[in-house]
Amino acid sequence: MAENNRAVVKLQERFADSVLESKEFRGETTVVVKKEKILEVLKCLKQDLGYNFLTDVTAVDYLGQEPRFMVVYHLYSIPNKERIRIKAPVTESDCTIDSACALWKTADWLEREVYDLMGIRFNNHPNMVRILMTDDWVGHPLRKDYPLQGPDREPYKGRLS
Amino acid sequence: MGVDNPLGDNIITTSLDSLVNWARKSSIWPMTFGLACCAIEMMATGAAKHDLDRFGIIFRASPRQADCIIIAGTVTKKMLPVIQTVYEQMPEPKWVVAMGACACSGGIFDTYSVVQGIDEALPVDVYIPGCPPRPEALLYGLMKLQDKIMKEKNSFGSSIGMGERLEPAA
Repeated sequence: MAENNRAVVKLQERFADSVLESKEFRGETTVVVKKEKILEVLKCLKQDLGYNFLTDVTAVDYLGQEPRFMVVYHLYSIPNKERIRIKAPVTESDCTIDSACALWKTADWLEREVYDLMGIRFNNHPNMVRILMTDDWVGHPLRKDYPLQGPDREPYKGRLS
Repeated sequence: MGVDNPLGDNIITTSLDSLVNWARKSSIWPMTFGLACCAIEMMATGAAKHDLDRFGIIFRASPRQADCIIIAGTVTKKMLPVIQTVYEQMPEPKWVVAMGACACSGGIFDTYSVVQGIDEALPVDVYIPGCPPRPEALLYGLMKLQDKIMKEKNSFGSSIGMGERLEPAA
């Protein structure tokens, strides 16, 4: 159970009003926190709980739900050999979250990828520009409402249509 | 004794175009330019077993020395300006081979980031289907290109500034 996880207990103690949910599924621990506190939560995990390696930053688009986006951080503790997943909901109207670049240098490119493909802006990021698509690209291709074949083409409706 | 010279000092008569075309088709130098998995098959075609060298096809590492570009793989929209630059750097006459489903039509990558066939940007001479095409298919495609080169008209005249090179109708 997630309640037995040392990191989850500590987070629930220190950020009682910011932890929205914590669960464990097939041995993977996930904690959902408010985006306003994301930097403090990550800092606590890194400095006090030993989660010193940022494996990945990504995002999920739950189109039709509110809040629409979920920014996902995968952390790994090299000394304790433990993993944890931190999620933070982001609304479409205020599509921003604080950058983790100050904690991990590797967050720089990961957050640029999230910005490029999902359109979530990271506050205080040193270089918030596209990383994969061309600089003049319009739109964010991994959003669920982005047409798969590009905005300038007739969408494919199946070979028999 | 001495060196035998059984044929003596002979001449042959031919058209200048045939001679120039024969020289060109016997020394197609493609640009070393791979984009995806097709490039692996292209390398295999150049290696010992299939041996492109026997056709006089020698890969060149500079577009300035190449007269053919084999588009071997998926062309993304981000890569397209690079390919166009390389193509423009090649001296005339130059030919384009679209190798594989992606270069011909975009292939399975019917998405926002992939060019749906290199013929949207470059004049393609030979299309080679397959995913990826086997070396035999690439060899056959290059032999088709040789046939096409042999049918060109005014090859010599155009290279000394007299008129245009006429390509055969496909």
